[in-house]
Amino acid sequence: MDAFKEEDYSKQFDIGLWKKLLRCLIPYKKLLVVSIGLIVLIGAIDAVFPLITRYAIDNFIMEGKLSDLIYFAPLYGFLIVFQSVNVFLHIAVSGKIEMGVCYDLRETGFKRLQELSYSYYDRTPVGWIMARMTSDVQRLSETLSWGFTDLIWGFSMMVFIMAALFAMNWKLALISLSVVPVLAVVSVYFQKRILDAYRVVRKTNSQITGGFNEGIQGARTTKTLVREKRNLGEFEGLTGNMRKSAITAAVLSALYMPLVMILGSIGTGLALWFGGQRVMLEVMSYGTLVAFISYTVQFFEPIREMARIFAELQYAQASAERVMSLVDTEPEIVDSKEVIEKMGDVFSPKVKNWPPVKGDIKFENVTFKYKDGEKVLENFNLHVRTGETIALVGETGSGKSTIVNLVCRFYEPTEGRILIDNVDYRNRSQLWLQSNLGYVLQTPHLFSGTIRENIRYGRLDATDEEVEEAARLVHADEFIKKLEKQYDTEVGEGGGRLSTGEKQLISFARAILANPRIFVLDEATSSIDTETEQIIQSAIQKVLKGRTSFIIAHRLSTIRSADRILVIRDGKIIEEGNHYQLIKKKGYYYNLYTNQFKEEQEKQLLRAQ
Amino acid sequence: MSKMKLLRKFMKGNLLLYTGAIISVALATVASMISPLVLRTVIDSIIGGKPIEAPDFIIRIIENLGGRTYIAQNLWLCAIVLVVVSVLNGIFLYTKGKWSSKAAESIAKNMRDWLYDKLQNLSYDYHVKAETGDLIQRCTSDVETVRRFIGIQLVEIGRALFILTAISFVLFRLDTELAMVSLAMVPVIFLYSYFYFKKVKKSFKASDEAEGRLSNVLQENLTGVRVVRAFGRQAYEVEKFKARNLEFKDITYELIRLLAWYWSVSGGICMLQIGAVFVMGVYRTAIGEMSLGTLTAFNTYIGMLLWPVRYMGRILTDLGKMMVSLDRIGEILNKEDERSQVEGEKPPINGDIKFKNVYFEYEKGKPVLKDLTFDIPEGKTVAILGSTGSGKSSLVHLLQRLYDYQDGSITIGGVELKRIDKKWLRQHIGIVLQEPFLFSKTIKENISLACTNTTDEEVCDVAKTASIHDVILNFEKGYETPVGEKGVTLSGGQKQRVAIARTIIRNCPILIFDDSLSAVDTETDAAIRKALKERSRDVTTIIISHRITTLSEADKIIVLEQGKVTQSGTHEQLIQEEGLYKRIWELQSSLEDELYSQIEHQQAVGAN
Repeated sequence: MDAFKEEDYSKQFDIGLWKKLLRCLIPYKKLLVVSIGLIVLIGAIDAVFPLITRYAIDNFIMEGKLSDLIYFAPLYGFLIVFQSVNVFLHIAVSGKIEMGVCYDLRETGFKRLQELSYSYYDRTPVGWIMARMTSDVQRLSETLSWGFTDLIWGFSMMVFIMAALFAMNWKLALISLSVVPVLAVVSVYFQKRILDAYRVVRKTNSQITGGFNEGIQGARTTKTLVREKRNLGEFEGLTGNMRKSAITAAVLSALYMPLVMILGSIGTGLALWFGGQRVMLEVMSYGTLVAFISYTVQFFEPIREMARIFAELQYAQASAERVMSLVDTEPEIVDSKEVIEKMGDVFSPKVKNWPPVKGDIKFENVTFKYKDGEKVLENFNLHVRTGETIALVGETGSGKSTIVNLVCRFYEPTEGRILIDNVDYRNRSQLWLQSNLGYVLQTPHLFSGTIRENIRYGRLDATDEEVEEAARLVHADEFIKKLEKQYDTEVGEGGGRLSTGEKQLISFARAILANPRIFVLDEATSSIDTETEQIIQSAIQKVLKGRTSFIIAHRLSTIRSADRILVIRDGKIIEEGNHYQLIKKKGYYYNLYTNQFKEEQEKQLLRAQ
Repeated sequence: MSKMKLLRKFMKGNLLLYTGAIISVALATVASMISPLVLRTVIDSIIGGKPIEAPDFIIRIIENLGGRTYIAQNLWLCAIVLVVVSVLNGIFLYTKGKWSSKAAESIAKNMRDWLYDKLQNLSYDYHVKAETGDLIQRCTSDVETVRRFIGIQLVEIGRALFILTAISFVLFRLDTELAMVSLAMVPVIFLYSYFYFKKVKKSFKASDEAEGRLSNVLQENLTGVRVVRAFGRQAYEVEKFKARNLEFKDITYELIRLLAWYWSVSGGICMLQIGAVFVMGVYRTAIGEMSLGTLTAFNTYIGMLLWPVRYMGRILTDLGKMMVSLDRIGEILNKEDERSQVEGEKPPINGDIKFKNVYFEYEKGKPVLKDLTFDIPEGKTVAILGSTGSGKSSLVHLLQRLYDYQDGSITIGGVELKRIDKKWLRQHIGIVLQEPFLFSKTIKENISLACTNTTDEEVCDVAKTASIHDVILNFEKGYETPVGEKGVTLSGGQKQRVAIARTIIRNCPILIFDDSLSAVDTETDAAIRKALKERSRDVTTIIISHRITTLSEADKIIVLEQGKVTQSGTHEQLIQEEGLYKRIWELQSSLEDELYSQIEHQQAVGAN
């Protein structure tokens, strides 16, 4: 799990990475040009206002040419309106770029997620992926659209102001701007520290959320252990940290702003001092002095902005690294070029070229190792004939799930091969196999939407009658009919509004609708009442009829009816045969069976009450 | 407690800091007023030749310094004044920032601590029914809303008001007519901001909701990746995601456009206001009704005034949100908790428990336990067998006073349970729940959770008793392995065993196992029971179980059916009686019959 902790950003500016990222902007080239053009214009107009002041003072006031004021006022007003329009357009255009980049990144990421191998999901927590796809993508697109244009704004404004100052009086310009380097250093230092401090605050904040979460979920346990006081003590430690780090961050900001202001006032003071002297010597006009003073005040805004953006770029880079690492992950299981050419890829399958699946499956000397070298299967051989039902029995970690994952080609053999209808399945496309696969999970997973939509997931072009027929077949329609909106009932997020048993029935119906040739059943153990259990049992029988099927079974009734039972231990088949043969053997299966039988009977007796 | 009372309670103890922050804001405002005036005086009177318009004491200072001409020759003095004024302003801004954040963070800490404390002490029943997500929302984002408002935004409103008054005052002193023009747009901007943000809230919400739907599709795709793959629905999923992605993009872009309207229009209004004042000021200065310095000062002041006003309009729209948050926090804090009841007695607790005609119900008219009578002698082990819903869990909950019975009597050592202090009682009765909660601490910390001073040996010792020691040693970091997200995920049975260890380490005179070995296999179950017996010979033990082997070893077995005791006695007695116990016991032999018949059946069919 360590690899998935919130990584720290790298301090080095990674030019290669940013080059790659700038490519995201290529589709928005034209908009970007407009946006940059606008922001340069905005900066220029911002910088022009003091010059207008200067003109007005020198011409209207000092020389008294008041007649021109009639033209001046509307022009001035027009410039303001023009500037407002620019601001509007710039925000609208940059917003368009931001949302576009965000959309593209998410789509690319999502497509990649659909292609990534199953093993990727074994290693990567969903929360990690979610964070990459939501907040990281958002920060990245924000930076790419706003950050860069803001930087250009700051830069162009600085250039314009400097140009104006130097044009008016280069000596005074040099004197007034002498504080700028100090300001730049102070800004870069503080912005970095402030951002770091807020990062600590956010981390502490998520610890507090965790603390609350645990406090609430563990409240009953806390009560029985009488640990309220010590829990509160520990929590107060957290909130104490929070207070400390939040105050540190706030104090840093509270220190930075006045510092900028004071440095600014030194610049203004210098302009007043030396400029005032020149005015008195009558080598400079009043208007120029006022313009100088306004510029010294205005100059600090772009510096502050740029310092902030540079600090943020470092975090954006961290986001960029994480997003790119997701997008650049190569799937471990890929179809070969020839296969894709013939059968199509995941997004554009060539169904016409798909041979039908019969369901004869052979493992030939299959060895499977995890990436870390842990061997799960070695030289494993198995032949499952078309239509046969195989039950896999064994403890957690015995390798039975691996066998099933290999059949589904969620994993591929490290050595040896798996034949489906006598062809190595690597010579067929993944989608070909998986489209012919029915899979019912231990914890059935439904998608938000109606019951009908969920069943139809099995075959998208199924008619309403076919959907309902599938539901009837597994006896799901009995409970569906009792619901107010029947098939149009919303199942809630993750199917949360239905019981586990109901969800299971729907997932059976979904699988049956798909009419797969190969069936995999990862059976649930508990949380189903006896009555539902019997219904599900008959549903299973119907689903499995005539199909090649693998069952990871816990419930005895299911195991008993399998054609062949494989007892797996440490990746090897230690017992094999049908129920009666294995009972007779009085081996592992016999023990397992008798123990479990007792448990089940006891539970049933207690439930029947 | 009303909202205002609650607010006052949160702010208690921070009033001094708060007052300091407000005074700082006022002083900073005053200081920021000065520099434009200094500039004005310098431009008009030092550089220009007008007589100084300023209060007497300032004129006196100027004269003491050497008069106008001296200062004109030493203009750096003015520059120094500017810097000094801005340093003063800076200092006050700093103290404002520091003190207001100190106050705000202390208030936030208070809120968080109170909420946590309250939640821990709310009744067991409250937590059975609580929705964690909603509670967490209240404890985090609602607290944050309140913190931001009373910590930052309130001070900002104060600042805006100060600036508005101070600047209006100065402007009217400088030039009444121009002052009136200057302030004309203030209410317009304020109202525009206020109503704009009220309106735009809907768009913010729409964008949030669209994002919620987008991440929901993503989340479901990721958690359901097996289903997606198994049905080969990748292309379908991409389409589904695209639709949501597009929806989010469009809705959020709409929001950005609205914001673009706001920023450009309100910015335009501000600039037009500044422009109008400037043009009029230029005119008045040119015809000699105003000085150049005054014009510059006006220009600066208006710039200072408009932005806080714009911000204030926005803040006020958040007031409603804060009130709602405060309400939601208040709902938790105003609940009555277990501490509000009178403190009970603290008698010695030995283990002699007597139930007499106990009646208990969760909901009115739906009894869970009725007329329950039996006793548990000190130091004995009693096993309870009962079907689902027979009330066996409720029975042990009553013993810890997690719930109180409505009628009848339960006594421990002769003292009525209801009179005994809850915490005292829970300290002496250890209970292992069926689905125990482990904290995200190390295994060692989880085991010694309820004790203050435990040695490593004690921890190992109880872990051995609970048959979990070897499992723990197999982890890379052994007892220091963290549990949960950041560490190992324990199986149900392992969790139960850790829960047993952390309960027996407390050495309580009474121990209760609420079906707490259900996820452990039968052999381990037996081993744990054996070790327990050796460890705690004199402990009164209550075991709830459905395993006949577990039940049969008890000194006394109680069969509970539908809230009533239907049978009680030793194993030997009960297998002689017709009833639930005997039926379960007989399963043992029926299994053998079943197996024989299966084999016979197979031979008869002659299959394979």
